[in-house]
Amino acid sequence: MSTSLLGKKIGMTSVFSSDGRLVPVTVLQVGPCVVTQVKTVETDGYNALQMGFEEKSMEKVTKPLAGHFKKASDKGFKHLREFRSDSVEDVELGTTIGIDTFSVGDKITISGISKGRGFQGTIKRHGFSRGPETHGNRNHRKPGSVGNSAWPGKIIKGKKMPGHMGVDRNTVKNLTVIDIKQDENILLVKGAVPGSKTGIIEVKKVG
Amino acid sequence: MANIIEKLEKEQLRLDIPEFDSGDTVKVHVKIREGEKERIQAFQGVVIKKTKGFAGARFTVRKISGGIGVERIFPLYSPIIDKIEIVTRGRVRRSKLYYLRNLRGKAARIKEKRFV
Repeated sequence: MSTSLLGKKIGMTSVFSSDGRLVPVTVLQVGPCVVTQVKTVETDGYNALQMGFEEKSMEKVTKPLAGHFKKASDKGFKHLREFRSDSVEDVELGTTIGIDTFSVGDKITISGISKGRGFQGTIKRHGFSRGPETHGNRNHRKPGSVGNSAWPGKIIKGKKMPGHMGVDRNTVKNLTVIDIKQDENILLVKGAVPGSKTGIIEVKKVG
Repeated sequence: MANIIEKLEKEQLRLDIPEFDSGDTVKVHVKIREGEKERIQAFQGVVIKKTKGFAGARFTVRKISGGIGVERIFPLYSPIIDKIEIVTRGRVRRSKLYYLRNLRGKAARIKEKRFV
């Protein structure tokens, strides 16, 4: 049985735990997801489940996708994602997997697309240290030396330099589930989660 | 979207917290857990700061304990607060009373509010 689901980030707040501590939490709307395709070793060479999240009217789905969705159920979806699974024999096409797969205290792993930050320098992008601001100093936010001279005579590949930052797939492991609101599909997770509000995230149960 | 968060925060509100402001002297009864037992300890002092919000609302109480200034920050709707008693209402002209930190003894007194 798969323990990965698609969800949406709603925002952050803080809640009081049972011992009175104020815990920072991210509010996530997770599921319900519908299995739109079951991939098996025999047919595809590996085991996986394709999940659909957030319903979309069949009239607004493209015809090829509509054909694909019809195999599972009569609903269309905005987001599709495939999750590898060890065993898929017991999963039927079209089953709905909800937030009840998780329970309070579970450790989960969340992946999402981080916020875009545009073109950034080395200080923000790679955590380089900056130069002094005054006393005649002219090296304020420069990256410094990027390599040697005659040997190797070039800049090594992968050298940390200024450039585009953000809009990367980021994963945060071992986040704790603080609370679950079953009927609203709301999951409260301790700590921060990559991405902006309304960003699509993948929630995976650890172990 | 934002409603979900607002709803979550409002669920945690406590309606039994009295209204008070900076300058007021309050007695905060705090639940303290020692192993299995739970007891209540009072912390009495002047409110020098109060911030708005739901779960994030806080207030700072300052008292002089053994000649040393002690400040404690409480989340306003925290479940560890048993109750808040208002001892006196103070008349102050600003909302953040940081100036009290530099004053000692008689100078650090706050005039009581007069209701005419």
